[in-house]
Amino acid sequence: MTIDTLSLRIEKSGATSMSTTLSSLPSPLKDNASILGVGGVLAVVLLWAVFAAANPGDILMSVHAWMFIAMLGAFVLGLFFWGGSVQDRSVFDQTRYEDTVIKWGVGASMFWGLVGFLVGIVIALQLTWPNIFYFPEIGWLNFGRLRPLHTSAVIFAFGGNVLLATSFYVVQRTCRTRLAGGMWPWFVFWGYQIFIVIAASGYIIGVTQSKEYAEPEWYADLWLTLVWVAYLMVFLGTIWKRKEPHIYVANWFYLSFIVTIAMLHIVNNLSMPVDWFGTRSYSVFSGVQDALTQWWYGHNAVGFFLTTGFLAIMYYFIPKRVNRPVYSYRLSIVHFWSLIFIYIWAGPHHLHYTALPQWAQTLGMTFSIMLWMPSWGGMINGVMTLSGAWDRLRTDAVVRMMIVSLAFYGMSTFEGPLMSVRAVNALSHYTEWGIGHVHSGALGWVGFISFGALYCLTPWLWKRTSLYSMKLVEWHFWIATIGILFYMISMWFAGIMEGLMWRAYNEFGFLEYSFVETVEAKHISYIIRMLGGLMYFAGAVIMAYNLVRTALGHAAPDQAAINRQTEQAAAPQPTLQPAQ
Amino acid sequence: MGLMNNHGVFERHSLLLTVAILIVVSIGGIIQMAPLFYMENTIEKVHGMRPYTPLELAGRDIYIREGCYVCHSQMVRPLRDEVERYGHYSLAAESMYDHPFQWGSKRTGPDLARVGNKYSVEWHVDHLIDPRSVVPESIMPPYAFLMDNRLHYDNISDKLRAQSMVGVPYTPDMIENAVADLESQVDPDADYDAQDAMVARYTEASGREGTILVRDYDGDPNEITEMDALVAYLQMTGTLVDFSVYEADDLGNRR
Repeated sequence: MTIDTLSLRIEKSGATSMSTTLSSLPSPLKDNASILGVGGVLAVVLLWAVFAAANPGDILMSVHAWMFIAMLGAFVLGLFFWGGSVQDRSVFDQTRYEDTVIKWGVGASMFWGLVGFLVGIVIALQLTWPNIFYFPEIGWLNFGRLRPLHTSAVIFAFGGNVLLATSFYVVQRTCRTRLAGGMWPWFVFWGYQIFIVIAASGYIIGVTQSKEYAEPEWYADLWLTLVWVAYLMVFLGTIWKRKEPHIYVANWFYLSFIVTIAMLHIVNNLSMPVDWFGTRSYSVFSGVQDALTQWWYGHNAVGFFLTTGFLAIMYYFIPKRVNRPVYSYRLSIVHFWSLIFIYIWAGPHHLHYTALPQWAQTLGMTFSIMLWMPSWGGMINGVMTLSGAWDRLRTDAVVRMMIVSLAFYGMSTFEGPLMSVRAVNALSHYTEWGIGHVHSGALGWVGFISFGALYCLTPWLWKRTSLYSMKLVEWHFWIATIGILFYMISMWFAGIMEGLMWRAYNEFGFLEYSFVETVEAKHISYIIRMLGGLMYFAGAVIMAYNLVRTALGHAAPDQAAINRQTEQAAAPQPTLQPAQ
Repeated sequence: MGLMNNHGVFERHSLLLTVAILIVVSIGGIIQMAPLFYMENTIEKVHGMRPYTPLELAGRDIYIREGCYVCHSQMVRPLRDEVERYGHYSLAAESMYDHPFQWGSKRTGPDLARVGNKYSVEWHVDHLIDPRSVVPESIMPPYAFLMDNRLHYDNISDKLRAQSMVGVPYTPDMIENAVADLESQVDPDADYDAQDAMVARYTEASGREGTILVRDYDGDPNEITEMDALVAYLQMTGTLVDFSVYEADDLGNRR
């Protein structure tokens, strides 16, 4: 896994004159094209930001315009000085993998993960002890503004950076070529961070269009669209110059994630700005049409951001870590196409018993139940990849983390279809059960498979023999797993209880409970949930420490001893290698 | 099986794979969403529905800004306990002017689809300033700062214009007079002619008398605050359709 120099041979025969001319160009010239391209895009957006800052439609826009100017300006200046220092050095060396941007991605994932989990704990505390954690004069610390910050930070900032980093890593290795586009992968990475900062600061100061998981306003959406198109082109461009005849299965999943998220993002965010230099816009859809569009988007953000993207991680990192082929090629074909076909229909199960026509609700429910099978197909394909290497579950906590993540994936993709049945949904919808359900998927599946990937990537990227400490991975695994169980069980309990209390009647035929009695009844569950979240956060802090020490090249004393043993065992080799 | 043997084609041609993915993921959405723009029971107008007045719209924007939708749904389901707790189940037409919709997905607090006129204006103000002063067990955040924030409404005409561009039937008259209309709804002592004109404009759009409440919502006559706007919005939610005359069982209303 430590191949960093590609054995690229210059094809002397059969090359057309055109491609000879292209490849004989001095490479700094081609590099400059991508640097100039990125600079050009930044300059255009910068121009808009300057106009917006000079003539803001509202006070919030002047905040965001200046933030854009600061961040884009820093990017342009960095590009300018760095580009100038490059001279005639070939910076995008085509015989090497582009790993630096992935290292940044690993760091960003870790950072945003910690931020997102921490905000989660804060809002859990607010619901538990409102008198302590709310401040009447400070509006921006209220639950309504921090909750989107939490969801966006964990899904898009943490999850998104994990997907960026792993997809850039996987597509290079499985295509055996450097990332395409020279400077463009860097535009994708920093552009995405700029989007995150604009979105997150927007929720705090009060910029939102109120569509769940798509809260950022129109200008942030347009910026993300730009970044996303560049992402797709970098990814496809890398595939186009692959040295392998076949596109590896993980890349199908990454590709479906990138393409479908683009479609969902663009359609759901169609809106009319009040002012071209103002923050506010109004969705082009309204009422029932808007509701279905939103949940078509919302559920497929789960399907294509939090599922297919992370399945791609599973398809690369589990086989690689246990050194076994994927269990079944057939199963991966069947479950890939059926998963992406069926997922898109499942949105209306968020709208049972609403003003959405019943036929649409029924379609959504039917496809949600059908979705159970392709989901489990993916889980089986991942777990069974361990065939012949089951001992790794006991000996390697990183493998255990990834396999347990698949167990959580299996659990929540069973629970989801169950909750999508209209009769069950009448009880579960609007309750804490939904919160428990998404967190078993998010903490268990997305979180654990991401941690597994980060634990694999850090030693690989920084060329270390092993992690700083495998013992700390064990600690992380157990603390986080118990934390998830606290979270899930308390929320199941709270959700089913409040659902039953809302519909309870007394012997006189009146509603038994007022609404606020159901709120009061959840207090203990809220405390347990908060503790679960705290444990999960503690696990992530342990991971961050472990990864930083790994990157720095440290090894814990016991780990160093193990590493020495492994090196000694590998040392006695014949001086003359057999000819290859 | 054909797919299994020929799947290599997709694995060798990235554009073919991309296009195939795009087709496969488009089908479901198109079949579910397209009909909603044409079907009678999702686009019908029910008697009483009108666009929001400028003050209500400004209040709705604050409702959105503060993330109220995160904890409060606005969708009463046709289930016995909900209809008894919150009122008549919600109709599609009741959110036809909601860009975007506010149906929500979680009830950490109660549903607000029909909170309008359920409590007094004073109760809302007290409750927003300190929720636990009126509901001791509440876990809602306090919104006292809304009393201190002057409402920014200099761009209210632009907001109405943007709304009309996405299909809300604001007349040129409404757009032109938006600032005056906003001010006259919150000041009972305002120029009576302006007030009458505002009420007449929106009553005509509604087709129903008595859907516009004029008063000083926050009890502070010196300033138009964000509290005024938010309470104005809350007090009209779910009140536009008159369910004493609406026949849910009418054959035309069945779905």
